Amino acid sequence: MKKLSARRRHPLAALVVLLFALAVTGGLYAAFAPADKAQADDTAQSLAIKEGKKLYAVGCASCHGTGGQGTSDGPSLVGVGAAAVDFQVGTGRMPAQQPGAQVPRKKPIYNNAQREQLAAYVASLGAGPTIPEKSQYNSEGADIAKGGELFRTNCAQCHNFTGKGGALTDGKFAPTLEGVDPKHIYEAMETGPQNMPSFGDGSLSKQNKKDIIAYLGAVNGDESESPGGLDLGGLGPVSEGLFGYIFGLGALVAVAIWVAARTTKAKKS
Amino acid sequence: MSETGRHEDVPEENLPVEREAHEGAVTPADDPFADPGLPAHEHRKQDIDERAAKRSERTVALLFLVSMIATVAFIAAYVAIPIDKIVYIWPIGHISALNFALGLTLGAALFCIGAGAVHWARTLMSDVEVADDRHPIEASPEVKAKVLADFKVGAEESGFGRRKLIRNTMFGALALVPLSGVVLLRDLGPLPGTKLRTTNWKKGVRLVNQSTNLPLRPEDIAVGSLTFAKPEGLEEDQEDFNEKIAKDALMLVRIQPQNIKDKQELAWSHEGIVAYSKICTHVGCPISLYEQQTHHVLCPCHQSTFDLSDGGRVIFGPAGHALPQLHITVKDGFLEAASGFEEPVGPSFWERG
Repeated sequence: MKKLSARRRHPLAALVVLLFALAVTGGLYAAFAPADKAQADDTAQSLAIKEGKKLYAVGCASCHGTGGQGTSDGPSLVGVGAAAVDFQVGTGRMPAQQPGAQVPRKKPIYNNAQREQLAAYVASLGAGPTIPEKSQYNSEGADIAKGGELFRTNCAQCHNFTGKGGALTDGKFAPTLEGVDPKHIYEAMETGPQNMPSFGDGSLSKQNKKDIIAYLGAVNGDESESPGGLDLGGLGPVSEGLFGYIFGLGALVAVAIWVAARTTKAKKS
Repeated sequence: MSETGRHEDVPEENLPVEREAHEGAVTPADDPFADPGLPAHEHRKQDIDERAAKRSERTVALLFLVSMIATVAFIAAYVAIPIDKIVYIWPIGHISALNFALGLTLGAALFCIGAGAVHWARTLMSDVEVADDRHPIEASPEVKAKVLADFKVGAEESGFGRRKLIRNTMFGALALVPLSGVVLLRDLGPLPGTKLRTTNWKKGVRLVNQSTNLPLRPEDIAVGSLTFAKPEGLEEDQEDFNEKIAKDALMLVRIQPQNIKDKQELAWSHEGIVAYSKICTHVGCPISLYEQQTHHVLCPCHQSTFDLSDGGRVIFGPAGHALPQLHITVKDGFLEAASGFEEPVGPSFWERG
């Protein structure tokens, strides 16, 4: 120790200390640095964001602004999250065809890869809801009856009691939920597209959302049962009344005419 | 001399010659409104052909027989088909086999009875037209005189006109009797009292999420979201839950504070979280068709529309009052009512003013 201490003013001492410090720092970095795989993910992610930005600049920026800040023609996309993009682009609502009361569902324009890139870019603008996992919206472990109760409390006012949709004000409408991908239903609840209010986890828990989706699958699928017979679109008294007036009364009128009709007379010879 | 002159002035020989009615010419009848009488009766095939009559008889019997079979089938279906069996029937879809079988068989049973009876009447029962003359409604003078005389004798014998005390007390008794029926109407239910003016919301009652049953915190409610709340302590398994939630139901939305136009609404909100009654002020339908971009709430019954960013003002429809707002605040991190509703929730009533 004394020997070392004696050489502390040697001209090469500073160099030795410097080399030692560099070696320690490098070693520590090598030990704690993130794994190579994570690095690869990072680059894939940043690549997706880059690609997404290009797509965004072409297809979305005219309404939502060059940096997603929003313009008078479209809302800000900062903080809407990947779930909102996956819903809007995945159901074909975005890019919008024309301005109007409501942007309707149509055939998607972007393919899956492009949609993921767009989602990655918009998610990078600000933290927001992520695209849900399959386990969050499949019917495993869901309570369909509870889902029905929750649906009637929270959703049925606009979407009708079995999700057939309904009218709102000034040309707006709640669309039918028949044949909608469960993932998109989950994303819609989470993000609140257009005039639909959002139902975040503080409003409807993750399990609540799962139950609701399971209920819709049970009442709205191809295999859904309608023990009472013809459900006539599930629209309630409107379609039932129309059917009753046209076919019910029609049948009664036909029978009444038959009853009162002139009996066939024998031909005069 | 004109032909339109009076007949008496016209010598017989100057009259135009009466023309003979030739074929196809219309001969005026003596009485232009003469009763044409009944058309000649035409026989049906069944009346003249015994084979056709037998055929009709067999058709009617067949219809009644089908009805019998359908009734037996109804009972058999009721016994045999399990209540939860679902079958696919085009074009109706997946329906209950039992409902379908019961409806079909009972319908057939009833229809065949009716159809058989009608066919019987139309083809086999006599169809000869019969005229039945009306008789005068008025009674004959002798009958009228007799009835009047009888009435006078009766009135005289009862002393109705002479003994005024009896007559007047009888009128009094008859007039009072219906009052007991009026008094019984009181049994229709307890008087409403202050029920229409009060709810379970009062100062310090926490807002509980109706879906998750957890007390709500301000951070649970995002801008643009919609949440339904009930007062703490009101549980769904309570017997009077439906009666109470009919007045207590609350909807919570969050609006950017700068977008709230009404000063009192802003003062009664918590950082943009506003709590409104979910009951329409028109006839009390639950309203929650909330549009998060316009902050309008639409009632599905009669299209009353309220603006939640402007004190719940009515902007369309028949509702007469703004939607009542609940003054909320935060204590220990949870949302709670700062006071009860200041005005009655739900539809207007007579004494509301």
